[in-house]
Amino acid sequence: MDAILNQYQELIGSAVARKTTLCIRGGGSKEFYGNSLSGEIFDTNAYCGVVDYDPGELVITARCGTPLSEIETTLRANDQMLAFEPPYFAPNATLGGCIAAGLSGPRRASTGAIRDYLLGVRMLNGLGEDLYFGGRVMKNVAGYDVTRFLAGSLGTLGVILQASLKVLPLPQYEMTLNFEIDAASAIAKLNRWVGLGIPISASCHVDKHLTVRLSGSESRLAALRQTLGGERVAQDVSFWKAIRDHTHDFFQTDQPLWRLSIKSSAPPLKISDKQLVEWNGSMRWCQGGLEPSTARRVAETHGGHATLFRSNDNKHSVFHPLPLLMLNLHKRLKQTFDPHLIFNPGRMYPEF
Amino acid sequence: MRAEELVSRLSRFLPAEAILHEEALLRPYECDALSIYRHVPLAVVLPVNEIEVQEILRVCFRMQIAVVARGAGTGLSGGALPVPNGIVLALTKLNQILDIDPLARTARVQPGVTNAAISEAANEFGLYYAPDPSSQIACSIGGNVAENSGGVHCLKYGLTLQNILSLRTVTIDGELLTVGSQGLDAPGYDLLALMTGSEGLLGVITEVTVKLLPIPEYAQVVLAAFDDVAQAGQAVANIISAGIIPAGLEMMDQGATRAVEAFIHAGYPLDAAAVLLCESDGSRDDVETEISRIMQVMRESGATQMTCSQSEAERLQLWSGRKAAFPAVGRLASDYYCMDGTIPRKALAAVLNRIAELSAHYRLACVNVFHAGDGNLHPLIMFDANHPDELRRAEEFGGAILELCIAVGGTITGEHGVGTEKINHMCIQFGTAELKTFHGIKTAFDRYALLNPGKAVPTLQRCAEFGAMHVKRGQEKFPELPRF
Ligand SMILES: Cc1cc2nc3c(=O)[nH]c(=O)nc-3n(C[C@H](O)[C@H](O)[C@H](O)COP(=O)(O)OP(=O)(O)OC[C@H]3O[C@@H](n4cnc5c(N)ncnc54)[C@H](O)[C@@H]3O)c2cc1C
Repeated sequence: MDAILNQYQELIGSAVARKTTLCIRGGGSKEFYGNSLSGEIFDTNAYCGVVDYDPGELVITARCGTPLSEIETTLRANDQMLAFEPPYFAPNATLGGCIAAGLSGPRRASTGAIRDYLLGVRMLNGLGEDLYFGGRVMKNVAGYDVTRFLAGSLGTLGVILQASLKVLPLPQYEMTLNFEIDAASAIAKLNRWVGLGIPISASCHVDKHLTVRLSGSESRLAALRQTLGGERVAQDVSFWKAIRDHTHDFFQTDQPLWRLSIKSSAPPLKISDKQLVEWNGSMRWCQGGLEPSTARRVAETHGGHATLFRSNDNKHSVFHPLPLLMLNLHKRLKQTFDPHLIFNPGRMYPEF
Repeated sequence: MRAEELVSRLSRFLPAEAILHEEALLRPYECDALSIYRHVPLAVVLPVNEIEVQEILRVCFRMQIAVVARGAGTGLSGGALPVPNGIVLALTKLNQILDIDPLARTARVQPGVTNAAISEAANEFGLYYAPDPSSQIACSIGGNVAENSGGVHCLKYGLTLQNILSLRTVTIDGELLTVGSQGLDAPGYDLLALMTGSEGLLGVITEVTVKLLPIPEYAQVVLAAFDDVAQAGQAVANIISAGIIPAGLEMMDQGATRAVEAFIHAGYPLDAAAVLLCESDGSRDDVETEISRIMQVMRESGATQMTCSQSEAERLQLWSGRKAAFPAVGRLASDYYCMDGTIPRKALAAVLNRIAELSAHYRLACVNVFHAGDGNLHPLIMFDANHPDELRRAEEFGGAILELCIAVGGTITGEHGVGTEKINHMCIQFGTAELKTFHGIKTAFDRYALLNPGKAVPTLQRCAEFGAMHVKRGQEKFPELPRF
């Protein structure tokens, strides 16, 4: 592995010397996400393998090229899981890409995002320096939280070489229920249910159907089944996988897909008639040729932001524009990690 | 001179009572809860709203005067310690709960609101704010964010970062910067993660949107006694390995239980080498199932005695000892020094044994009460600060504990922050390149290093003077300890 590391450092050194740029790539499963790619491919697949896993500590440490599926299989063998239910989008997704993309799946609203489970990272910055932040312990406030800051940075700050993640035990029992109900009532109900302590671990509303996953002890869920009503969904595992990886029918279209992350209690958005609600109302997937300015204004009205998650063109302003002060701060932070601007230029914002 | 000019500039927009500059009035601000470090600031300024905060920072920026933000001053690492020729910006008067949204389960609050006040205000909606530092009736939410504070229940509910959605902050040049959003993420880099725990070095927090959770329907706690500290440590690991994430899992050694029982009667067994307090919360069904599983694991791990709370009064009684642990120790020694390292859970027994050896070596008593579930230790070193040699030994003992935590793969601070206190030990935990990255982050926010200078991140020069070497991974510092 040290040889690979040396090779990575040489690649970075030579990009700096030749004033070229690098496009960091794991499985390539999330290449569709973000602005257009540019630069020479920097392949992270070779730097792989689980380095350490101790179920009693609830911590797994693995290299960036490790397939996400390998990590999840290892955990499942010990009745544990990555609690943020990471989307794959393709079978070859790697851990490094998962962290860089910063995306979390259906369980996000109840158990937290990928950043909440990141305990430590090893990375190469734009000078090829080998850096360690965080560690393998549950609580750590020494220095700025660079570890969590890297989640969702889309490879613009450096190569994530290795990461330690907190894992959780699998829920004792899960049950998925379906209700026929309109979007407005579904959003109100979900917010109310969560406020009452009903253990919702995933939710999805689309086409007049609300689907809810409950996690907890078997007796508790049996009791909830009585009070909540609804139809039991038999194919629950495949259903949530389809929501997680966007293979559900809703996502099978050539239309652009917008991701609006907003206040959970906001009413159904009037901007598109094809909408899928997740995360108890905090996530609204909208389909169709929306005006970017409209999507963004509506998201801001509800305290959030809009991302053009998938589209065939317009790959230069995918993410919600930042106020100037914020954009300048981003540029300075980028320079701290990558002073020669070699990593994933423009992938997040065209300005850096 | 500078003080006079500053006061005159601030007086243009602040009432006289908002600017303290007489020595006697400055005294109460000369330290935080780590009182071994003291400085009298140039002035203390007490804004009542965000606009005043912006104006004050603009004046300081123009005059290049350092600013130390201060909440309630309960910090335990000298984070709010004034710096020479700098002001203290006290945020206690920004103390309004601006809005509670019961449906979306959020509260928008000003930074000076106390942690406990948020839960009190949310109570009528059946909601509460989960992070519960033991100082919660006094500490401010702004301070909690600046330290990324935790509490007894963060094993299950997370630290401050996991329980906030967004911040309004003011940059050193007086500009407003909002990070996070009302949704579950925000565009661009995760500045909410970067600013949480940044100890007042990146910006001044003027508003926080926190998440609220439904108050659990039911909670029960088990007190388990062990003859041996290592066994208690193993019981902690066994509970977690059994797939249980309790709401709280705390440990106290014999020194701590004896101090507590002498102070208030919580009903802890005095002959046990260590006790564990393990709580379960949620629906009645779930709690009863979980408690019986917990008791079974405890029994199998060698618990000699167990008590399970049968009523809310009993539950609070069992917790009262843990909550009173610090003051109880305070009664036994004129001063105590609270450490905060975090270690892998499996290193608990080895580290506790080593701390006992160090205690003998430095001839200072040390008791342990801590968040065992996340491996976050709080050794309390007892000493007499009026005795210069004891103070020196206490600091050295503390330093040795921090190095021990790093050596077993842990960290020097789990929740209290680096502040002034652990600044030298940052040189051991991090290498030059990491420290340079921290400095780069600081510069990106605060070019002239005016916000809380000298705290949290040491300069490279300071590390050179301190002389301690960064322990490169792989090199061993305490070879007698098992490696993890
Ligand atoms: C008896 C006791 C028990 C404790 N128990 C716990 C515990 O269980 N868990 C735990 O985590 N901590 C605990 N603490 C430590 C302390 O209470 C926390 O660190 C708390 O969050 C500090 O809040 P404060 O308002 O007192 O902040 P201060 O001490 O005033 O300041 C702390 C830091 O925050 C910065 N700061 C404060 N307000 C702002 C702001 N608005 N904007 C920017 N920066 C700001 C300051 O500059 C300083 O660096 C305990 C302390 C005591 C005395």
